[in-house]
Amino acid sequence: MKSKKSKDYWRKNLKYLIILLTIWFTVSFGFGVILVDQLNTFQFFGFKLGFWFAQQGSIYVFVVLIFVYIYLMNRLDKNFRSSK
Amino acid sequence: MSLQFSIWLIVGLTFALYIGIAIWSRASSTNEFYVAGKGVHPIANGMATAADWMSAASFISMAGIISFLGYDGSVYLMGWTGGYVLLALLLAPYLRKFGKFTVPAFIGDRYYSNTARTVAVFCALIVSFTYIAGQMRGVGVVFSRYLEVDINSGVFIGMGIVLFYAILGGMKGITYTQVAQYCVLIFAFMVPAIFISIEMTNNPIPQFGFGSVGSDGVYLLDKLNGLHQELGFSQYTSGSKSKLDIFFTTAALMIGTAGLPHVIVRFFTVKKVSDARKSAGWALLFIAILYTTAPAIAVFARTNLIETVSEKNYNDMPSWFKKWEDTGLLEFNDKNNDQIIQYNGDDTINELTIDRDIMVLANPEIAQLPNWVIALLAAGALAAALSTAAGLLLVISSSVSHDLIKRIVKPDITEKGELIAARLSAFFAVLLAGYFGINPPDFVAATVALAFGLAAASFFPAIVLGIFYKRMNKEGAISGMIIGILLMLFYMTKFKFGWFGGGDSSDWWFGISPEGFGTVAMIVNFIVSITISNLTKEPPKEIIDLVENIRLPNDTDD
Repeated sequence: MKSKKSKDYWRKNLKYLIILLTIWFTVSFGFGVILVDQLNTFQFFGFKLGFWFAQQGSIYVFVVLIFVYIYLMNRLDKNFRSSK
Repeated sequence: MSLQFSIWLIVGLTFALYIGIAIWSRASSTNEFYVAGKGVHPIANGMATAADWMSAASFISMAGIISFLGYDGSVYLMGWTGGYVLLALLLAPYLRKFGKFTVPAFIGDRYYSNTARTVAVFCALIVSFTYIAGQMRGVGVVFSRYLEVDINSGVFIGMGIVLFYAILGGMKGITYTQVAQYCVLIFAFMVPAIFISIEMTNNPIPQFGFGSVGSDGVYLLDKLNGLHQELGFSQYTSGSKSKLDIFFTTAALMIGTAGLPHVIVRFFTVKKVSDARKSAGWALLFIAILYTTAPAIAVFARTNLIETVSEKNYNDMPSWFKKWEDTGLLEFNDKNNDQIIQYNGDDTINELTIDRDIMVLANPEIAQLPNWVIALLAAGALAAALSTAAGLLLVISSSVSHDLIKRIVKPDITEKGELIAARLSAFFAVLLAGYFGINPPDFVAATVALAFGLAAASFFPAIVLGIFYKRMNKEGAISGMIIGILLMLFYMTKFKFGWFGGGDSSDWWFGISPEGFGTVAMIVNFIVSITISNLTKEPPKEIIDLVENIRLPNDTDD
């Protein structure tokens, strides 16, 4: 169980999680809450940019993040199995 | 066709469909009853999860709440979608790899303790009951508003339907009815939204429509901000709550979403680990369709409403105004006796009180859409309430029959006996939920939102640490869960029901509302769990092996 391969797999997995969750935090809590007033000074079509992130943009990014994760993990699983 | 007839027809057809599916997919084993035989396709599971998740509150109330809160309403939008990222990345695949039936089963096995299992069962029951009472009430309310039966009869009809397909079909029946219910509810939500978007902005996509210009050439949101300013409301796109509270409330809703047992259990129903990830992605996509449309409806409805009523003569109001006045959801109190409606942010001159639910329910009438759209909306609201109620019911019944009876009280029970126990507990759970639906305790409305805080404060740390922190032992997990949920219950009863001396918003700790306090209770849970865990002895070797095992993919892809 504690082979190097298993450790590598888990470390890679954690790396993906950290990257994806950083983006998750940035678009919602970052752009939608903390920096919302600064971003609201920019106009994005008919929206103020901060408001758009809070009510639209963050949700689109969430969906994309999960599908990126699915892709990355499927690839990682496949490599893990084939190198066994 | 008269409106009443269309509504009965469409609601009747959808109910017949749900019953038909239940008969076709009856469960014959505990595996089918608890987790639909683990054979659900990820896209179907995504739809079922979306319907399971989106309750009467999402369907009826959310757009209305946002409509009144403006930017502050973002907490619901981000909170109730962002949680799926946590679910997909931190929980779902590992729990599926673990491969049991329920959340308490994971907690009980991972923490090698029936005490932990029992604590988890009680947390699951508290969370699920606060939630399900609201759903049954929602069914009653929809019936009474659209079908002119009284609320109680509405609750009885709802109970009958849920009872039938949940008890007969178990998780298998629930899953496939939820797929149908998702289709009904999303269609019902989108049709009026698209019509109204075209009407107001000439753009058929509501998500783009509310960032477009109206017929007068002004951006819709700029116009709404202008109207708000004129009438003394705070700016629609900026809101008025403190940033800290917005932050904590969003976090509590996100983490609570990831910790709700009726959502987590859906990921036990797919064939393999990679399917658990996929269904989380599909679920969020299906949910996002409604959640990105809701803020658009909020803006359309708000603008429409202000333009229709503000500074207009009461006698010139359209017929829907009178109709909703009769239900008490709309009240006009002519304070200065001039027959003109003053709708204003200042309470001393404001003459109009509007229930937020009207924004979705009356929207098709306000926009003058045909009768069948209104009928569809009634069917959609019922689908949303019933699907969530059924999902919760299953969590209650499996917690009792599997985690309590099979694992603790009577381990030698036969599979047949367990199946009977599962159906009986579902039956009693429906009766109890129906009772609360008919005699709603005052706190139902308040506690539904707080169920998220409870889930965040209890389950989330225990599950995440159970997967990502090998050193985590039973002493840490049990004390963390108990302290987390008690702290949350204390704060919520203190500031919502006035126990323990009560208090108002000026007494909130760090200015955090009860809705956002789940985040604080969760942090406390994490700290307590890790500290206690490090002060007591390591978990046994076989538990470390179990954790290492759930972290790795299977040898083959199934």
